[in-house]
Amino acid sequence: MNAILVAVIGMVVFALGYRYYSKFVAERIFRLDPNYVTPSHKYKDGVDFVPTNKFVLWGHHFTSVAGAAPILGPAIAVYWGWLPAFLWVILGTVFAAGVHDFGTLALSVRNKGQSVGTIADRLIGQRAKILFLFIILILVLMVNAVFAWVISNLFIKYPASVLPIFIQIPLAVWIGYAVYKRQKKMLVPSLIALAVMYGAAILASQFSWLQVDLVGMMGGEEGAGLFGLGSVSTAFLIWIVVLMVYVYIASTLPVWKLLQPRDFINSHQLVVGLGILYLGLIFTNPTITAPATNATTDVSWFPLLFITVACGAISGFHGLVSSGTSAKQLDKETDARFVGYLGAVGEGVLALISILAVVTLFPSAAAFKTAYSSFGAANAGGLGNFVEGASLLAGGIGLPAGIATTIVSIIIISFAATTLDSSVRLMRYIIAELGMEYKMPVLAKAHVATSVAVLSSAALVLIPKGPNGFGSGGYLLWPLFGTANQLLAGISLMLIAVWLKRLGRNYMVAIVPMIFLLFMTLIAMFQQVFFQWSWWGTESNMLLFVFGAIIFVFAVWIILTAFSVLTKGIQPKLPVKD
Amino acid sequence: MDILEKLKTMIRYYEEVISLPHRREIAAELRDEDDLFLLLLYSEMVGIPNPAYYYTLELYPYMLEKFHDWHLRMGMEKSPLAGFRCC
Repeated sequence: MNAILVAVIGMVVFALGYRYYSKFVAERIFRLDPNYVTPSHKYKDGVDFVPTNKFVLWGHHFTSVAGAAPILGPAIAVYWGWLPAFLWVILGTVFAAGVHDFGTLALSVRNKGQSVGTIADRLIGQRAKILFLFIILILVLMVNAVFAWVISNLFIKYPASVLPIFIQIPLAVWIGYAVYKRQKKMLVPSLIALAVMYGAAILASQFSWLQVDLVGMMGGEEGAGLFGLGSVSTAFLIWIVVLMVYVYIASTLPVWKLLQPRDFINSHQLVVGLGILYLGLIFTNPTITAPATNATTDVSWFPLLFITVACGAISGFHGLVSSGTSAKQLDKETDARFVGYLGAVGEGVLALISILAVVTLFPSAAAFKTAYSSFGAANAGGLGNFVEGASLLAGGIGLPAGIATTIVSIIIISFAATTLDSSVRLMRYIIAELGMEYKMPVLAKAHVATSVAVLSSAALVLIPKGPNGFGSGGYLLWPLFGTANQLLAGISLMLIAVWLKRLGRNYMVAIVPMIFLLFMTLIAMFQQVFFQWSWWGTESNMLLFVFGAIIFVFAVWIILTAFSVLTKGIQPKLPVKD
Repeated sequence: MDILEKLKTMIRYYEEVISLPHRREIAAELRDEDDLFLLLLYSEMVGIPNPAYYYTLELYPYMLEKFHDWHLRMGMEKSPLAGFRCC
């Protein structure tokens, strides 16, 4: 099947979803009011609360939510064939993610621009807030481990990407300094930084002495590493230590010094990446060689498909951005539809190109099945396949293969690194908040909280040892990340449903995707926790068992809370209507 | 609008998008500096002795609006100054 046709079908469904479904939700369910005084006007302070043009806000919202996760999930999920992954990305975006992102934005606008956690406290009570904090804690822990694993793997597989990534750090600090201290505009410096990075990528792709190939230095894949480990395990260990030291420093520095300037550069990279891939798709006009459905799988698509696609279809993280930041900047309440719903669609577009890059990579269906021979192989190789497939597409606009591979891997590593920075920082805040909640003020100290965050993340990424030593088992965490992220989305959808019920509106638009997501999470965790990871299971693993069990209990907890709140109708502590 | 103008508008839009979070961050940093400055001026109100209070108080009428925002941010619902009209 022609890949452009599939992309067009996807875009048409997204467009219809925006045109009709989001309009229905906006007008009939949320009943957005153009005259409602939004928090950005009511509490205007020039800092957090600033009325912002809806196009600008959408651009910012989209660049904040788009990252490496919507690329990685679909690249693994095509294991069951391209059609199931495609359908879930499209339908999940239109009916679940769109409503979730749009709903959290609308909910937050009607609640003084507060974040989902605070609204949970107001609408349901203290236990909902604590539950929310714990789910985010588990989620960010998974994010740290998964993305550290992703970056280390890409560094090992594409040693030419190391130099440009490390060049980005001093460049970002320079931009941060220039903008903050000298009040310079950031567009030109950040474009220069991008040019320097890509220049370094081109040079590193051409000259092997500019590549930091740790495995090669230790005598190739069969070589001996340190501490009796193999060379690949040692390289993985070294990169994890380097990354953890880096995130420790990055997440304790002020945001303007490193994190935000890196974000500017990455915003360019998002535009460059999407541009290269979609233009490449048009110019190369590839055919999908992967099978539409894969009947010979070792793991059933139900329910793992929905967990594996993860952020490609719906992500709880978006609710944090919608409610924490965008809601405070929304000019008119009716803009919520454009910013929230289209923000989710933007992520869907990224997931769509990820699917297409992977399923057009292989010369035949047989080659695809060799690469995706088992679910484990799909997990371990999904990202590498995306990099290869994306480079093939990039070849369509004239980029030589080696350079294209380096640039695509740089884009993914940059996204992953920014996510890692922010999520370690977020984890530090949550540890501090829980420390205060449970009377352990020592945890509120920045360096103590950061140390706890960094050490626990490093332990989590190193402990699940796969068959080939350190680093070969990190992908086992991906389903846990997917479920934790869906739980977060589930709790946000529950809040939207509770809010709608209090207003006497039809809350099915929120409750149906919530039940669907939590049902999939429950089944997936039940299967994996009891039949796979437990001590009597097929792949006994205590660490995964514990995390899986916690997620399972949380999912049950959310469902029970939603049931009790929606049926008994506990009175809110504060009025929900302004 | 000719193409050059359109291009300029697009670049302006793009720049605004990427600088949005940074604008917030810088505004927050500047506000923190301002808060520190106000604390130095009116530290007497929160119980920290300030020998220059008598003089700094003269600045108050010029900073009335800012002062209102400041005492709200510092967690004081009403103005801590009884003799001055604020809120």
